[in-house]
Amino acid sequence: MDLTEFAEQVGPSGRVSVRGRSTRTVRRVDGVTIDRVVSAPSGIVEYHPDEMTITCGAGTTLGEVRQITADRGQFVALPGSGTVGGALAVGRSGIDRLGVGPVRDTLLQATFVNHCGQLVNVGGPTVKNVSGFDVARLLVGSFGRLGFIAQVILRTRPIPTASSWFVVDADWTRVTELQSALYRPAALLWNGQRLAIRLDGHPDDIAANAARFGLTALDGPPIDADGTLYRWSVAPADVPAVIGSAGQQVWAEVGVGIVHHVMPQPDRRATLNHIEVRLVDEFDPQRRLNPDVVFPQ
Amino acid sequence: MTRRADDFHAELARGVADIHRNPVEVALFDHDASTISGRAGVVVYPTSADEVIHVVRTCHRHDRPFVARGAGTGLAGGATPLDGAVVICLTKMNRVLSVDPINRFAWVEPGVLNLDLSRQMTALGHDLHFAPDPSSQQSCTVGGNVANNSGGPHCLADGVTSAHVLGLEVVLSDGQVVVLGGEEPEPDGFDLRGAFVGSEGMFGIATKVCVRLTQNPPTVRTMLLDFTSVRDGADTVSAIIASGMVPAALEMMDALCIKAVEEYVHAGLPLDAAAVLLVEVTGLVSDVTAQAERVAEIGRRLHARTVRVARDEAERALLWKGRKSAFGAVARIKPNYYLHDTVVPRRHLPDVLDEIYRIVDRHELLVLNVFHAGDGNLHPLLVFDKREPGILERVHAAGEEIVKASVAAGGVLSGEHGIGLEKRDYMSLMFSEIDLAAQAAVRCAFDPSGLANPFKVLPSPASCGDIQHVPEGAWI
Ligand SMILES: Cc1cc2nc3c(=O)[nH]c(=O)nc-3n(C[C@H](O)[C@H](O)[C@H](O)COP(=O)(O)OP(=O)(O)OC[C@H]3O[C@@H](n4cnc5c(N)ncnc54)[C@H](O)[C@@H]3O)c2cc1C
Ligand SMILES: Cc1cc2nc3c(=O)[nH]c(=O)nc-3n(C[C@H](O)[C@H](O)[C@H](O)COP(=O)(O)OP(=O)(O)OC[C@H]3O[C@@H](n4cnc5c(N)ncnc54)[C@H](O)[C@@H]3O)c2cc1C
Repeated sequence: MDLTEFAEQVGPSGRVSVRGRSTRTVRRVDGVTIDRVVSAPSGIVEYHPDEMTITCGAGTTLGEVRQITADRGQFVALPGSGTVGGALAVGRSGIDRLGVGPVRDTLLQATFVNHCGQLVNVGGPTVKNVSGFDVARLLVGSFGRLGFIAQVILRTRPIPTASSWFVVDADWTRVTELQSALYRPAALLWNGQRLAIRLDGHPDDIAANAARFGLTALDGPPIDADGTLYRWSVAPADVPAVIGSAGQQVWAEVGVGIVHHVMPQPDRRATLNHIEVRLVDEFDPQRRLNPDVVFPQ
Repeated sequence: MTRRADDFHAELARGVADIHRNPVEVALFDHDASTISGRAGVVVYPTSADEVIHVVRTCHRHDRPFVARGAGTGLAGGATPLDGAVVICLTKMNRVLSVDPINRFAWVEPGVLNLDLSRQMTALGHDLHFAPDPSSQQSCTVGGNVANNSGGPHCLADGVTSAHVLGLEVVLSDGQVVVLGGEEPEPDGFDLRGAFVGSEGMFGIATKVCVRLTQNPPTVRTMLLDFTSVRDGADTVSAIIASGMVPAALEMMDALCIKAVEEYVHAGLPLDAAAVLLVEVTGLVSDVTAQAERVAEIGRRLHARTVRVARDEAERALLWKGRKSAFGAVARIKPNYYLHDTVVPRRHLPDVLDEIYRIVDRHELLVLNVFHAGDGNLHPLLVFDKREPGILERVHAAGEEIVKASVAAGGVLSGEHGIGLEKRDYMSLMFSEIDLAAQAAVRCAFDPSGLANPFKVLPSPASCGDIQHVPEGAWI
């Protein structure tokens, strides 16, 4: 399927919902009937390792992207096992956000289908671009409510020479000491007693730091973020309080503020603010794009 | 003065102390650092968000356009007021409000100067800095950086301003205050923070910015490689990236620029080179050593004549001084310059540079190239003496051809200076009407009144409050 066909499937009318691989339950509105369910085109269109960019259909699986980029010593900082479009539309980062940054910084250019069934280009093909407003940023985390992503250009990054997990006993004071002392760790996960650390870089630097701070090697991450149920987003300074009140073991991303929790986060916003309402009015006046998806969620 | 204008000024004065109406003073605000001039109305210097709110509300009530202004170092006419717009100068809101050195962010007012922010971190004893480092960093403001999504040499590895802004407090065009983004990593709803960064003053006025702070690298190695052909230099850039390294900075200067800079700062640059590459690698010591070796190896393979490694901080500072004073050095060649800013895919750098030399020759002009080679961000600097009859027309004609050549090579209109007025009418080179309508839609969602910095960025201001017209009294 090419971009035009995808745009035609979305068309100018009817209630349409877009699916990736449905790898995780997206909260849906009860009782909304959908006329069509569509999926974005898949496949790698272009890959330029020396530009650190890859162009692919939004329906391409992250597995395929990982495979082709790994062959050239690179990766794309999108988490999960779903599609590129799904990971962008959901916008949730992986546990290495501290090291690789948020999902939103991965997207350079997007071609999306708007509510009229037209293809729209936002962003630019180069790693640096300030030509016009940053509409691409808005698509990340939008759950398909502003348009359906058809094709994207993503930024790739070099795979670090080495990458190792460690663990160390640490109370909050020790956590903050390590947070200040370690140079750009890729991940810091804390459960109230133990701090799991991922260090990326040159093997000698990693070994030197492990020795210096008394870290014990760990096989891999202490949690499977893909498998955890709930995700809290809090100011990083609030992490100890959230861990303390969880009642069960939960792991928090130190320095980031994501807590992989056993309960849903209370007090999340259920309605859109006035700028967001105007955005949806502009981008989808008939509320025909993903009307079955709860947003924000 | 009309009655309505008197009312407007009286009402303004009720909520903001520092107002300037003297025509001589106000005329200083007719332009930014570009050659595009407009006409400023009143100039106000608010000292608090409340004063900003008052000014914006008053403008809204009287249907007066307003323009946010930082230091006025913008190069695209973004802060150039048209038709007597009110200029809201944010340089007096310049406090660092709070710092969290552990989680590495700070809330600052928009008028804080870019370099002052990093200097204040050092003064407070924090081993941290604000990563975006435009060459104008001694004088530009964080608010201007946010509005233009500014970049700098060290944005290659660490990303441009957008990656370093976590949250914003914004006064919208009707005077309402909103907080976009914040300290938490995944706020609910749309990424309005991300949309605001790079909005060139057209979505509202940032009155507080939550900036991300970056650890100072423990080890830094700065190298200078010189080449007898620009192509070898550009190929070295691509080869470094393809080999799996993202140096902290990867900057290039061509022959004429080397000459100008050397005569100005005496950094020991090779005067007979066609190009020099300034490469900086940072991080932990083993990593830096390994990367520096690989950079030197790649350079030599691609015919670098010498690889000079800065021995100490003084030599490193000198090499950077050479790079950062290129604009000052230019004044020794010709009194005026026009700085362009486009991006091309790295692999097309040599071809586009050749094309630029051809264009400039055709128009009998001089060009110096000094640019962020690592991200393909070209900065052709056309130097001239504006007293020469007909020269401005040639400068503009050459500029237009350079922009077109960059876009034709798969590049973009601007890498860091923004669109403003300068490139507004080039937007259709890159975007279709439908694409532009999507951008206009976001503007409408933030500013339905169209009073925030009107007539910039979007070529056909047909929607919302913008009235279709050629800006009165604007010239380049
Ligand atoms: C609430 C939530 C929390 C999550 N937390 C984590 C986490 O902590 N860690 C982790 O690794 N993963 C997490 N994920 C999963 C991860 O982000 C998946 O990669 C993601 O769900 C995409 O998978 P998918 O392709 O199967 O998309 P789907 O599950 O099919 O779709 C996800 C959403 O994206 C929309 N969408 C899909 N394709 C497009 C498109 N082309 N254009 C526009 N919209 C599109 C869908 O309509 C749907 O709303 C989370 C997912 C959700 C929903
Ligand atoms: C010699 C020289 C070198 C330069 N080098 C670089 C470089 O390396 N990289 C780079 O990216 N740029 C560079 N620039 C361009 C310029 O310095 C940047 O764009 C800078 O970020 C502008 O900041 P300012 O405070 O001067 O903003 P101004 O020029 O005053 O304003 C720029 C834009 O921001 C808006 N604005 C200002 N403050 C606010 C606010 N608080 N809220 C909302 N909107 C606001 C204005 O309306 C305008 O549209 C250079 C300029 C010069 C003169």
